[in-house]
Amino acid sequence: MKRLLDPIRAIISGLFLVCMASAAAKAEDIGDPESGAQVWKKCASCHMIGQGARNKLGPHLNEVFGRRAAGLDGFNYSKALRRAGADGVVWSRDKLEVFLENPKSLVSSTRMKFRGLRDKKERADLIAFLREYSSSPRDIPESAPTAAPTDPDVDPEILAIEGDTAYGEYLSSECVTCHQADGDDKGIPSITGWPQADFVTAMHAYKNQARPHPVMRMMAGRLSNEEIASLAAFFGGVK
Amino acid sequence: MDRNISRRGFMGAAAGVTAALSAPAVLGAVRPKAVVIGGGAGGATAARYIAKDSKGAVDVTLIEPTRSYYTCFFSNLYIGGFRDFASIGHSYGKLASDFGVNVVHDWAIGVDRDAKSVTLAGGGAMPYDALIVSPGIDFVEDSVAGWDLSAQNKMPHAYKAGSQTQLLKAQIDAMPQGGTYVMVAPPNPYRCPPGPYERVSMVAHVLNENNPTAKIMIFDPKEKFSKMALFQEGWETYYSGMIEWVGGEFGKIEEVRPDAMEVVVDGEVVKADACNVIPAMKAGKIAEMAGLTNEKGWAPIVPASMQSQMDENIYVLGDATQNGDMPKSGFSANSQAKVAAMAVRGALTGSTVFPAKFSNTCWSLIETDDGVKVGASYEATDEKIAKVDGFISQTGEDAALRKQTYEESVGWYAGITSDMFG
Repeated sequence: MKRLLDPIRAIISGLFLVCMASAAAKAEDIGDPESGAQVWKKCASCHMIGQGARNKLGPHLNEVFGRRAAGLDGFNYSKALRRAGADGVVWSRDKLEVFLENPKSLVSSTRMKFRGLRDKKERADLIAFLREYSSSPRDIPESAPTAAPTDPDVDPEILAIEGDTAYGEYLSSECVTCHQADGDDKGIPSITGWPQADFVTAMHAYKNQARPHPVMRMMAGRLSNEEIASLAAFFGGVK
Repeated sequence: MDRNISRRGFMGAAAGVTAALSAPAVLGAVRPKAVVIGGGAGGATAARYIAKDSKGAVDVTLIEPTRSYYTCFFSNLYIGGFRDFASIGHSYGKLASDFGVNVVHDWAIGVDRDAKSVTLAGGGAMPYDALIVSPGIDFVEDSVAGWDLSAQNKMPHAYKAGSQTQLLKAQIDAMPQGGTYVMVAPPNPYRCPPGPYERVSMVAHVLNENNPTAKIMIFDPKEKFSKMALFQEGWETYYSGMIEWVGGEFGKIEEVRPDAMEVVVDGEVVKADACNVIPAMKAGKIAEMAGLTNEKGWAPIVPASMQSQMDENIYVLGDATQNGDMPKSGFSANSQAKVAAMAVRGALTGSTVFPAKFSNTCWSLIETDDGVKVGASYEATDEKIAKVDGFISQTGEDAALRKQTYEESVGWYAGITSDMFG
């Protein structure tokens, strides 16, 4: 698989020189795939990758970059993961980073029995390793650090807005008609304990109609930037 | 034994001290009183939010006659066999134990607005500083000729969930092969706009399995109804030939005859084996007795706070209100309750009052794993609660999306019931 990609990579790396420059700021975040191969051993009891990989207890992870969550036909995903996929979660570098740190923070009812990798370098290395098995050009290490995130970028000024937790608590009462206040997932995704930037980015993706869910588009659509920041601050603090 | 008693006494005292310390502003003062009439989606939510967010600074009493509350939402799914009856029942235990709400199981039979006191059927009186009235609906007398509450065991309405829902289901199950189920649908405005049509879908689902030659007839005073295209598409797909909807100019009910199980429509007598009469509605009786309703039988409110237009110390929620654009639904009542709870806390304790925001979504199940939804967001204007934005499921959606919509509704049910009852 790796060798098969080499010629493609040679062409692509030329094409993506421009991207490389713009990605320089994040270059240090790119992990080492050799070390990642060691970390992979923790995954390998359930997942396969590389030539001939097939689904085991977990789905095979060839071409995972750019794959929609729960995107493989023929694998019996948890309901929670299928819902994440239907709601637009695509495995980008940033999404994998969040997922690998604490799988239940992104997909609270995932069946994956893995507590997560607390070490940022281990995560970066593992992601670099996984990336070797995905052919999408944007995922190649020499180009932009994988993953233009799926959700459109949010203006840094908006991301920098400090939310008012008390106001967020009031606004949250509208969310908990459907979402469980304690972060449980009983059919509607968990929204507690998210990193604030992720929360804000997701809400803006609904607001800008980049994510498809109609109820969330409506809810986010009338929230101001300050209100979204306040909700992120409040829910981010609910553990 | 002595030791047990003294330990209990000590723990009681310790709990009292903790509560007092956590609310220093009211130490030694009499706590302001909020009384809530009605423990449904509006009242239970309001009681819980006032108690929770005032952190003990407001004394909250909830007056609700039943000990087990059965939600109207999802009661159709019980009729369809998708939920068992116990799963739509809820108790008020946590409101009392976890949030300190004083739950009184009694009927409110009068409101003395000058003395600011609620009269209870059990003989007591309940003084208030702020009163929340969330009584749901009652039926307009004589809106269906030949039907009154004394006929509800022969021709159930099943539009207040509980024994009526069980009775209707039993009557559907007892229909002879090839029998006829008749629904007399209500005129606007009424509780849960898609409710009658979701119910027909659930009845059809049951009959399709057990009694496939049976017929369903709906006589409807309206020309169109909520999610009409979605329901009609589903009925054609799943229950083709079983359901006949007669509405608008035709299908006028002249009379129902509960003893004979007959319905007289457009001059013709239709025999029914099960007959579900859903009469015209008005605000729950206590709203009328308290003088909060208008000539149409509904309670007009101030959009920004849910205060009654008749009395600034009283707030009205949910189905009983005339509010503008929000439909009568459990979701709406829950949404309005949060606005009112904030306004009541502001009035009684001076806490911050943020601008009102309202929203609603109604899910309906048409057949197994085929759910649809409609919803909107609202804001308070000077005149009314006004619709801002909305959405509705589309005809022809794929099965995966419909299944997801149904699963979402199950998640919502878990969400709103924890939001109401803790």
